[in-house]
Formats: sequence, structure tokens, C-alpha cells
Amino acid sequence: MLNQPILMQTAAEADKSPADEHPARLTSRPLIIIEPGKSQIAARIKDLWTHRELLYFLTWRDVKVKYKQTLLGAAWAILQPVLMMVVFSLFFGRLGIFDSNSIPYPLFVLTGLVPWTFFASAVTTSSNSMVGSAHLITKIYFPRLLVPAGAVAASLVDLIVAFIPLIAMMLYYQVNLSWHILMLPPVVLLTTLFALAIGTWMSALNVKYRDVRFALPFVIQVWIFVSSVIVPPGVIPLRWRWILLLNPMSAIIESYRSALLGLPFHWPALGLAAAVTLVALLYSVFSFHRVEKTFADII
Amino acid sequence: MSSIISVENVAKKYRIGELRGTYSTLRESLAEAIRSPFRRLRKKEEPSQFVWAIKDVSFEVKEGDVVGIIGRNGAGKSTMLKMLSRVTEPTQGRIKLCGRVGSLLEVGTGFHPELTGRENITLYGVILGMGRKEISRKFDEIVSFAEVEKFIDTPVKHYSSGMYLRLAFAVAAHLEPEILMVDEVLAVGDARFQRKCLDKMQDVGKQGHTILFVSHSMSAITRLCPRAILLDQGRVLSDGPSHQVASEYLREGLGATATREWPDISKAPGNEIVRLIAVRVRAEDGEVHDIMDIRKPIAIEMEFVVLQGGHELTPNYHFFNEHGVHVFVAGDNDPEWYNRPRPKGHFVSTAWIPGNLLAEGTMMVGAAVTTREPEKIHFFVRESVAFQVIDSVDGGSVRGGYGGHIPGVVRPMLKWETKYSSAQSETLPGVAEVTQ
Repeated sequence: MLNQPILMQTAAEADKSPADEHPARLTSRPLIIIEPGKSQIAARIKDLWTHRELLYFLTWRDVKVKYKQTLLGAAWAILQPVLMMVVFSLFFGRLGIFDSNSIPYPLFVLTGLVPWTFFASAVTTSSNSMVGSAHLITKIYFPRLLVPAGAVAASLVDLIVAFIPLIAMMLYYQVNLSWHILMLPPVVLLTTLFALAIGTWMSALNVKYRDVRFALPFVIQVWIFVSSVIVPPGVIPLRWRWILLLNPMSAIIESYRSALLGLPFHWPALGLAAAVTLVALLYSVFSFHRVEKTFADII
Repeated sequence: MSSIISVENVAKKYRIGELRGTYSTLRESLAEAIRSPFRRLRKKEEPSQFVWAIKDVSFEVKEGDVVGIIGRNGAGKSTMLKMLSRVTEPTQGRIKLCGRVGSLLEVGTGFHPELTGRENITLYGVILGMGRKEISRKFDEIVSFAEVEKFIDTPVKHYSSGMYLRLAFAVAAHLEPEILMVDEVLAVGDARFQRKCLDKMQDVGKQGHTILFVSHSMSAITRLCPRAILLDQGRVLSDGPSHQVASEYLREGLGATATREWPDISKAPGNEIVRLIAVRVRAEDGEVHDIMDIRKPIAIEMEFVVLQGGHELTPNYHFFNEHGVHVFVAGDNDPEWYNRPRPKGHFVSTAWIPGNLLAEGTMMVGAAVTTREPEKIHFFVRESVAFQVIDSVDGGSVRGGYGGHIPGVVRPMLKWETKYSSAQSETLPGVAEVTQ
């Protein structure tokens, strides 16, 4: 008897209920069907769309909270790449070991550090975002993809702030802008998508394997050396340069320099980076969705 | 009319054992992958690695229903709500929801301590599924409901816990979803705020919204929900009018019911002088009931047999509430038998508890027969029968229309008198001078 749906309300009670006064109300509402294993892509995308305001507010929250109770506040977004630039310029620039392709080394390294700082912070914060939002994930439903996406978007705000010292440096070195600057927004978009791909993938992995939290900072520290941030690609011996091609970040960072300083673009490398990003993003979003429903149980 | 919530044969399996509670590491997973063929073999041997938190649960809820979900800890209440609010997915079965779902699972989950009250209202509202326009429209209402006007621009980490919870409830209460799920949030705040929350919930119910209210407080459920679903070990044990379900819950929880009989006289409590046959709780109409209206008198009936005549015997009852408080003792003072030896034979002694005396809640009855002089206890069954006193908001009891918790072990309806004098009265010396 317990397996049967039990209908308790009598006919008389049902007649009184308000839905009968507004017969259209029930049909105009969303019908949600919860079944194990079922997940239609279309329904997921629709779900993301209905929760689009949440992305904005999660980003807004992360931005607001990030520099709360700090003395310098958002100035940290400027200080981090600038201080790194000073350190690298003192060590490598003074020694003159790198031929930075006729660009002054401080400018070379800052044009790399600004996007790199964004990428590193976006990947780090988004990979920890799912675990950090455990209290929300185990209590309230919303598309979980918004959590790492919000973390990436919050880092994007820092990137915009970090352009201030970069513009100052460009004025100091009297860089002439060229039409190449038009490529800056697409390159920023590509960086964001690549950070989103890595961050989303890592955030899902981190839910199950907390090893990510320890391994990722190490990986990012090493990654900077093969991403043309500090070391100009021309310095690397030709037979090793294919490693840079495999790493989308190298082409992306080089493209920032091309866009900002009016240097020629390395189109094949940028195209490959875009292709790798697309594949990584599809893989990451797909694998995230596959395990999304189990997050609340294993987090 | 179709149902707004329909749950069909839903089950939820959790894995228990070594992997539960701890997170797995990559190393473990790699090691497991190597061992996997053996693992699979072992799994068959150990079916106890899994536990069914919910098993074959089906029910339907119609629009505008206010349904209570009750059960002891671990009965599957929270798992059920988590599945209904899409936080976790069922292992089997199907749930259909028709409308926007608002869940109030734990107050304040969406809050960020560093943000101000104002910012948190927006953030929490959006997390719960409100639109930005909807929030700004209801903003003032939320703030005044939560009574935090003065602190609205203070980070919530500086709030008192009461303020924090009030604000969180206020946001969720103004969500106005078609389906509202509430998980015991009313245990927070002071009595006055609890009242407000209950009133708000009742309002929401009256507007035709559907409410699922999870609680293990039977009194709160019988007060708020016309219908209740009793869960036990992941299954629906009972589903129906909450008074009926309450009685089922009582039977399950205490192992005591409104009637208890000892058919075998040789094993019945007592001695060679007197033995107990039965104890029953009857309502005014003479029917045996374990759910009693607080306003109505209750009869406690004891059936016993005197095997050896000539002893003075006093039947008496001891009443204990759910907290084990010994509320009072009632000794038989029927003048016909008071202090008189009883002959051999069959007796039925009934004590009437007047209406509007007991507080709401569970009452355990201890039944005894004693002799006063020389003092002797022939038998004393401490938990013979039990019943539940319910206090609805219909009026006619101390509660009146109040929906909140009322403390106290008894709730007598007292006679109140008021003397009134108007302020201009000459009988109040000094008033004249003050008013001039």
C-alpha cells in the first residue's frame, strides 16, 4: 500500500483550492522532472539562462569580499604584477640575459605578468570555489557551473584594474598604439575561456580529490616559465620551442604583447591556442555536468 | 486537478563505510583502479556498503496543501527535502514539481559574513531564485519584517545570531514560490519572532502556495499542517490527516498506545491481592483515542480484578510529560470506596481530566493500585498508556489564535477578572494634577 501514490485530499477540498479559480496557473509554470541519470543539454542551458543573474551576483560577491578588511583594497590587483615586474626586472633585466626582442624588459615582463596574474588567480580561485561553496551546494539548487564561472569573472575585474599600471608603463616608454589593439578584447576573451576551462575542470576534480589543492599551485608556478611571461620565446632553443606551441598560454601571452605593443601576431600559434581552448572547454564543461549531480553527496 | 508535487517510488542510496566522510585521494583511486577486478568481486559479498536513506517513497501534494513531514532523526526527512529541492538526485524513481521551488533548508546558508545586511538580502534573494527587480520591490518589506533597519549597512558578521536568522528568514519568507520547503527554521529566534514566522507561513499557505514543513516537533506539525507524512527508516509509515499521523508517530516512538491490556491474568502486573487487566484512554464520547483535544475532558480508565477481598485499595495515576516531568498524581477519591475494604471482583475505575488543564504534548500515564494503611504498592506500571494532547489555533483554549510555542507543564484555562477606571476618575488621586 505504501508504494501507491496516496491521494488524501477529498473531492470537496479540491474544489475549494485556488488553482481551480485560475486554471491557467498550473500550466504556465515550469515543470521540473527529477529522475536519476537524466540530463538533457537543452534543459541545462535553459537552466543556466534562468539563473544568469546569479552569475552576476556571485561575481559581485567575490569582488566585494576579496579585498574586505584589507588596507590597500583593490590596489593589490595593481601591486601584485607591479612588484613581480620589479623583482624580475632587477634579476633578469639588469643581468641582460634575455634578449626581449628589443622591448624594454620591464615592459616585456609586465605585459606578460598582467594576463598571467589574471589566469593564475582565476584558475586557483575557481578550482577552490566548489569546495568553498559546499554550504550552498549541499543546501540549495542552482546550476553549479556558475560557481567556478563566478570566480573566473571576479578575477576578470582584477585584470581590468591591473591594466592601469600597464597603461602607465606604455606611456612611460612611449609605445605607439596600432590597429593591433583591436585584437585585445578577443585575446582577453580567449584567456577567460581557457581559465574557465581549466578552473571548471579542476573545481570538479577538487570535489572528489583534494590533491588538486596541493598540486595546482605547484603546477602554476612551473607553468609561468613555459608561458613566455618571464622568458622570451626567442631565448628558448628551437628544438624545445614546440613545447610553447602546445601550451596555449604562451601564444596567448605573446598575443597580448602583439596587441598592446603593435608587434606582429603569430597567427598559427594563436589559432592553435584557440582550438585547444575550445576542446578543453567542451571537455571540462561536459565532465563537470556529468558529475554535477553527485557533488552534494561527495563534497 | 493534477498534483503540484508528485513523488513516485523514489529511493536514495548512500555509500557508507571507509569512503564516507573522508574524501578520496588520487592515490586511493589509482590503487582502486588496479584492484578493480577484485573490488567488483568483493562488492557482491558486502551489500552492507550501501544504505537506503529513502526507499520506495511515493506521495502526491496538491496545490495549496500544507503538508508536514515528520520522523525521528535518520528517518530520511532531510534526504527527502534535498531531493525535492534538487540538491541531490534520487537513485531511483521520479519526482515531478510544478512551479517555482523555494527551499528554506538551513537559515542563512547564502549569507556572506563580510557583506552588509543590504548586500546579503540581494545576494541571498538571487541565490534563492528571486529576480533583482523582485528583490528591490520587496526590500523594505523584508527589512521591516526582520527588524534590522538600524543595522542594514553593517556587515552581518557583527549581527547577533537572532538578527542574522531573522534576516535570513525574512528573505526566504518573501520569496513567494509556488512550493515552499521549510526545514525546522522555526526553532530560532525569540517567541515573538517565532509567532511572526508562523503567521507568515500561514499567510503563504492561505495564498494558495504549497508548503512542505519538515519537523520532528509533533506539536508544530499538528498546529500548522492539516496533513502529515510520517517517515520511518526511509519509508512512508503513515500519510493522512496530521492528527491520525500524530497518533501513529506516538505509537512508533514510545511503544505505548492509548490502550493496554493484559489478557493472561497470571502474567499481569499485581500480586495475590489485585491484578491489572487493562488501562485505556477515552475521549468524551467514550471512544479509545490517543490524540486528545486540549479543550475536551479525558477519561483514564483502569480495569482490575481483586483476587483477595478485605483490603483497602486505591487506584491511582501518575502523569509524566515528554520531558519526564512528573506532572501530577491522581488518587481515587470516589466516596463510595474511599478508605473501605474492597470485596473480591472486577472493578473499572475512571478518572476524568478536565479540558483545558494539560499542556499540549505527549502524556505518559503510570497506573498503580496501592493500599494506604499499611502503605503497600500492589503494582505500578510506569508507562502503561500514552496520549497526545493537541492544541489547535481554533480558539477555546489558552492558546487562542496564537501559533507559537507556549511553555509550561500545564495549561489551565483560568478565570480572569479586570477592574477598569477611566483616567479622569476622581478615585485616582494625583491624576487630576498631572493632567493639568
